[in-house]
Amino acid sequence: MIRVQREDFDLGQEYAAFADQDAGAGAIVAFVGRVRHMADPDQPKSDDNLIRSITLEHYPAMTQKELERIDREAQSRWPITSSLIIHRHGKLFPGDQIVLVLTASPHRDAAFEAAQFLMDWLKTKAPFWKEEETGAGTRWVAAKEKDDDAAKRWK
Amino acid sequence: MKVLYFAWLRQKIGMSEESIDLPAHVSDVAGLLDWLSDRGPEFADALTHRQVIRVAVNQEHVTFDAPIKAGDEIALFPPVTGG
Repeated sequence: MIRVQREDFDLGQEYAAFADQDAGAGAIVAFVGRVRHMADPDQPKSDDNLIRSITLEHYPAMTQKELERIDREAQSRWPITSSLIIHRHGKLFPGDQIVLVLTASPHRDAAFEAAQFLMDWLKTKAPFWKEEETGAGTRWVAAKEKDDDAAKRWK
Repeated sequence: MKVLYFAWLRQKIGMSEESIDLPAHVSDVAGLLDWLSDRGPEFADALTHRQVIRVAVNQEHVTFDAPIKAGDEIALFPPVTGG
C-alpha cells in the first residue's frame, strides 16, 4: 500500500495495523527515514551546515504511480506478503519523519532485502525533491552518486 | 501538450506548468528540449545542463530519445532526492 501525505505518521500504530492484516507473516521489517540535523554529516557542525528546515516538493500525478511501480517490482522479486510505503511532503524540520517502509514475509531475508530495495529505488525514482534551508541560505539538494550506486546493485 | 516544471527548473523558468502547441518538427524529448531552450534566456539557462535534467512522459521516466506527441503530459525535473 502507498500513502503520500503531509501529515506525520505513528510507527507504532502503522506497525500494529500492518501486523494485524498479515497475521501469518513471520518477519516484519520497518525502516524510518528522518530529516538529518546536518546538511553534510561528514563536515563539522556550523550554522551553515545545520539544517533549519527542508521542503519536499513532489509530482502528485506521478508519485503515487511510481511508488506503486516500485512496490510491484519488490513484490515480483521477493516473497513478501505485504508492504507499506508512506512518504511525506511539505515543510519538515530536523528529526521529523520523512518516509516509512514496512515489509512482511515468512522469512527475514526477504523482508530485509525488499525494504532496502524499496528505499534504494524510491531514492532514485520517486519524483520528490528536497530544498534545504541552513544558515548559508536555501538550496536544492543534489542527487548523490552513492544513492545511484545503491540502486544499481539490484539489477 | 502540457509541460510541467519542478524544483529548480520551475524556479529558473518561472512557472510550474504551461500548455504548448507542439511544432510539427518536434517528435522526441531531445527535440522538445532544444525547442524550449530557444524560447528565452530563462529557458536556455534552465536547460543548459542536460545531464541534470530528467524527463517523464505521461508520468513515466523516459530517456531523451523517447517519442512525444500532442496530448502528452511532459514533466521536466532534476534528479530526484526524496526518501
